Amino acid sequence: MRSSGASLLIELLQRQGVQVVAGIPGGASLPLYDALGRSGLRHVLVRHEQAGGFLAQGIARSTGTAAACFATSGPGATNLLTAIADAKLDSIPIVAVTGQVPTGLIGTDAFQEVDTYGMSIPVTKHNFLVRSAAELLEVVPEAFRLALSGRQGPVLIDLPKDVQTSRIDVEHLPEPGVADPPAEPDGAVLAAMARMIAAAERPLLYVGGGVVASGAEEEVRALSAACGIPVVCTLMGLGIMPPEDPRYLGMLGMHGSMATAHAVDRADLLIALGVRFDDRATGSVAAFAPRAKVIHLDIDEAEIGKIRRPDISAGCDVKRALRRLNRMVARSERPGWQAEIQGLRDGHSLALGEEESHPGNLLRRLAALAPSESVVSVDVGQHQMWAAQWWPVRRTRTFLTSGGLGTMGFSLPTGMGAALAHPDLPVIVITGDGSLLINIQELATVAENDLDVRICVLNNGHLGLVRQQQELFYGENYVASRFEARPDFAAIARGFGIRGHTLRLPYDEEALAAALCERGPVLLDIEVPEMQNVYPMVPPGKSNVEAITDSPRLTADAGSRSAT
Amino acid sequence: MSDARGLPNTIVRLTVRNHPGTMSHVTGLFSRRGFNLEGILCAPVDGGADSAMYLLVKNDERLEQIVKQLGKLYDVKSVTVQDDLDHTVFDRIEELLSEAQRVP
Repeated sequence: MRSSGASLLIELLQRQGVQVVAGIPGGASLPLYDALGRSGLRHVLVRHEQAGGFLAQGIARSTGTAAACFATSGPGATNLLTAIADAKLDSIPIVAVTGQVPTGLIGTDAFQEVDTYGMSIPVTKHNFLVRSAAELLEVVPEAFRLALSGRQGPVLIDLPKDVQTSRIDVEHLPEPGVADPPAEPDGAVLAAMARMIAAAERPLLYVGGGVVASGAEEEVRALSAACGIPVVCTLMGLGIMPPEDPRYLGMLGMHGSMATAHAVDRADLLIALGVRFDDRATGSVAAFAPRAKVIHLDIDEAEIGKIRRPDISAGCDVKRALRRLNRMVARSERPGWQAEIQGLRDGHSLALGEEESHPGNLLRRLAALAPSESVVSVDVGQHQMWAAQWWPVRRTRTFLTSGGLGTMGFSLPTGMGAALAHPDLPVIVITGDGSLLINIQELATVAENDLDVRICVLNNGHLGLVRQQQELFYGENYVASRFEARPDFAAIARGFGIRGHTLRLPYDEEALAAALCERGPVLLDIEVPEMQNVYPMVPPGKSNVEAITDSPRLTADAGSRSAT
Repeated sequence: MSDARGLPNTIVRLTVRNHPGTMSHVTGLFSRRGFNLEGILCAPVDGGADSAMYLLVKNDERLEQIVKQLGKLYDVKSVTVQDDLDHTVFDRIEELLSEAQRVP
């Protein structure tokens, strides 16, 4: 078979099972698009390369498979970098293919040339600069293998234009790249862990995105039930535990419930599964789980001991480890600890206060109205934390959020990817008036592809989480956190050919229900109180048990300014 | 051999794929994660397919993280900490550099 580099790349992507690729064409990727147009591969034309990266993330996050996106050289590649960095921090498997100027022009400051390879090193799991079409036979399967193996993550392939157009004879196409079999845990280490769990009086499970990536939520639930072990989740772990489970305490961390903070504080054994002791989860590391021995299981050996030195650990797949561990542990009720946990739940559950207008009430109402099988894609800011606190997440991979990088503008394009991957499911996009504007151009992509995306804009006229920190820690010196211009988002949506509704306080319940329950695309611009804060909130540098739980007007002190 | 603050140094030996991006991956890791890197020696081995890279680093509590993070790099085929390795090779480089500074 005689093939161009570009056709070969497209064929290799299809052999990897890629069905949709998102991107924007440009000078250095024209041969790629020429080949794409002659193939059966579906292309979704986004309106900003960052959205192409997030669209791929939406597919990857909601399905667990690797997804692909394209960008051209120069500005196409630089625009894509934020979405790649986001995938790196949340360990999401995507393969980005960027066009590059012809090999002979590399290094000459040619038109639309940037050092994509050099710039993407710190934000990818690995990257390739392809020197010949023949290299693609190795590089493409290898890129997917890397993206999917061990701790998942983004891989970039930089493809010069002359490599795309060069022709080669291909005798055998390589097998698609698949995830390496994960490392098996050591049986003796697991047995020692089982003994530690048996000996613990107040064990606590601390679970996160690694459990989701491993597909180990059933095993976590089984361990919790068998041994009477309460559970706290990270933001990335929402959905691992059913919200109603009496042993589930909710999300921990900067805006987690006080019940989780006290449970972590009281625990004598912390069983950390697929977590990386992120600062937003732990608060002050020195004061995190101060009474606890630590068991740490993570597929990335480098996470073990990076922040907190465990007493026992294994760098392995969580699901495989738990399957074996669950057969070793002794069943236990732990009535004393259960009673203490119940007391923490009763005494420190999240509160919405008296105000009917609290956005937490709105989110609970939206969750009740939305079809139960909905996938939720949330943006970054106050609404994200309220959604994490109040949206009952029942299954993993149905609550898509930018955890590590905290990228505003995430929810709409990521929701588009989820909608493409699950055309039968509604996608609820929860965003803010700040976040929406960062990728609002994607309303065009939504309209063009008629995606069932139902966009709820929690509109408070502010960069709310910034405003909140200025209120609490900077003496109410509000700088650049208030929007003077207040766009009419419903009208903007209509301008893109999407139905738009504006809902003001107090909400018209029927209008809210009608708007959310119709097939998307639809945009709901929903007014929320401007000065509402997210509580609890752990002040910078403090431990989680020191969280502020209601609205004192704190004055900024020098100490609180030092760390954010 | 130790640095100006008296912390002992050690040598991490890498076997890496010999291609143009490898050095960027290794040095980028050190700057990105705030690890100190006191010196590098690199030369092709095995007929040029691989390179041996010697990294002079502080032997402190971060060494374990450095080794683990280096091990995750795709182009790094092996990582060993060589406490027993003769540091004089780096000493001679220091002599060479100080001589070079004296030359106008």
